[in-house]
Amino acid sequence: MTMTPAAPPAVATAGPVEIPSETLSRGALVLRRFLRNKLGVTSGAVLVLLFVVAFLAPVFYPWDYRAQDDLALLTPPSPAHWFGTNQLGEDLFAGSIRGLQKSLVIGLLVGVISTAFAATVGAAAGYFGKAVDRALMWVVDLLLVLPSFLIIAILSPAFRGKSWLLLVVLLSGFSWMITARIVRGMTLTLREREYIKAARFMGLPAWKIITRHLIPNMASLLIIDATLSVGAAILAESALSFFGFGIQPPDVSVGTLIANGTDSALTFPWLFLFPAGLLTLTVLAVNFLGDGLRDALDPSSSRGRAR
Amino acid sequence: MVRFLVRRLLNYVALCLAATFVAFALASLTFNPLARYAERQPPPPVETIAAKRLELNLDEPIPVRFAEWVGGIANGDFGTTITSAPVGDQLWQRVGVSLRLFLVGTVAGAVLGVLIGVASAIRQYRPSDYVATLFSFLVLSTPVFVIGTLLKVAWLPVNQAAGTQILYFGGETTAGFSGTGAEMFVDRLQHLVLPTVAIALGQIAYFSRYQRSAMLDVLASDFLRTAQAKGLTRRRALFTHGLRTALIPMATLFAFGFGLLITGGVFTERIFGWYGMGDWLLVGVQDQDTNIVATVTLFIAVLVLISSWLSDVLYAALDPRVRLG
Repeated sequence: MTMTPAAPPAVATAGPVEIPSETLSRGALVLRRFLRNKLGVTSGAVLVLLFVVAFLAPVFYPWDYRAQDDLALLTPPSPAHWFGTNQLGEDLFAGSIRGLQKSLVIGLLVGVISTAFAATVGAAAGYFGKAVDRALMWVVDLLLVLPSFLIIAILSPAFRGKSWLLLVVLLSGFSWMITARIVRGMTLTLREREYIKAARFMGLPAWKIITRHLIPNMASLLIIDATLSVGAAILAESALSFFGFGIQPPDVSVGTLIANGTDSALTFPWLFLFPAGLLTLTVLAVNFLGDGLRDALDPSSSRGRAR
Repeated sequence: MVRFLVRRLLNYVALCLAATFVAFALASLTFNPLARYAERQPPPPVETIAAKRLELNLDEPIPVRFAEWVGGIANGDFGTTITSAPVGDQLWQRVGVSLRLFLVGTVAGAVLGVLIGVASAIRQYRPSDYVATLFSFLVLSTPVFVIGTLLKVAWLPVNQAAGTQILYFGGETTAGFSGTGAEMFVDRLQHLVLPTVAIALGQIAYFSRYQRSAMLDVLASDFLRTAQAKGLTRRRALFTHGLRTALIPMATLFAFGFGLLITGGVFTERIFGWYGMGDWLLVGVQDQDTNIVATVTLFIAVLVLISSWLSDVLYAALDPRVRLG
């Protein structure tokens, strides 16, 4: 889904308009533009930090997410237990980190897979047109009627006890529709460009035109979209796990931790606030990063024009 | 124009049926409604299970079962739940509960979102714009069930300070409450406010971001400058020429936003203990009850499609090219 940009632009005050010299490649230009967006850079740094913490902290932190400290039941945050402990004496920091790992990996996989799928479907619908287009867009409309939460909830009894990778497949399978529509719209205009026609007249098969010419020309849009769908996937996963349809105990995810903390949000706030805060921080960083990427990759998007 | 809307409506009816069929088929394939009997101690006699099997029509192929279910709807019969109670018994009350939440939430969210978006665009890069933007990002990055719980936590001290329940955060009405119509209305309203805020915040964030950039596009356009050059005041140019154009893309977004709203509604109902359709969906999945799940899906599909159709109508009303073309 393309969110239109709304981040406070650090770019506006960043000095004179750039004058591209001949030696500067597009990549360098994009990078330079992105680095001027302070919020985007900060978010990127926060995300890298979250990744490092999520995968390195379990090595150094003394508590495992399954370990129960019988001497510390329901204790508030302390030097021994950074985020406190729950009713069973399980360390909340270890649990949150485990959940963060899951969220980040699931989010990344779903973002990449669903965007790749959306690009393929959208480009095929736009390029072939006619019956293919109608059929694919009908499927898109159908899936847009059914909220993905509903379908995955219905399917949840079937994958209870199976690998979380199945959850990745399901989340990707039901979150590509809006992007596919946008890609289709762009393909309809790209299809009439000279270089596509030239490729077609040279006898290039359709799938090669799609993978070599159409999709690379939409790379900016796809990168932005993949980033934003990482955030959406993390939220969707946490919601499913919250209601017991996603990650199942004994494994933990941020969603299951929040579910566990919700009832005691008033009495033992750390059980709720730490996992919820971590989740919001992660998604917020992803969204700001996506926004910064949009400004860097696609300066002619609405905000660029409106300046 | 009328033909266009009628054609769209027919297409939506087909989509509704197809969507419900998909949900019905998936539920029939994954659910095992007899599991609850197999686990019972002492195990129920084989005949009981066989009778239940027959009652639930489990031996028929799924399309036949679906056809029978749809045929029943025409007579107002939505099938029975797994405990043999008619689905229709609870249906209308739950629909009413959900609609109250969804309608107020959508209208409040869309109107406030558009207003905030327009205000941010007109006052671009002012502090108010930054605050609105930050707010939108924060809300869109927080799941609805967290927002709902935070609202509860934030409101509790207010109730305690007032020494009375100004707003409730459980249920949609006080149990056993009796009173005159006006008292009843106030009681309902006290229950309605917090869940509606929980649902509307997401809508406000969603609409305001899009409205802001749509309005920025319009602000930079030539026709607005021309309108002012003709002698219109800035205010009139902005609202009669600018806002109307900037609202057109919102008509499309309205349909997409509705899906978001419904998923949020499911969470909100659970958090605030409302027994609406969203809560019923969760119950249906937990009980592995195909008829409940299919009924809720039909309800959602109808709502999404009504909102899509409404957005077609809105589009036509706002954009003369669609209306006259």
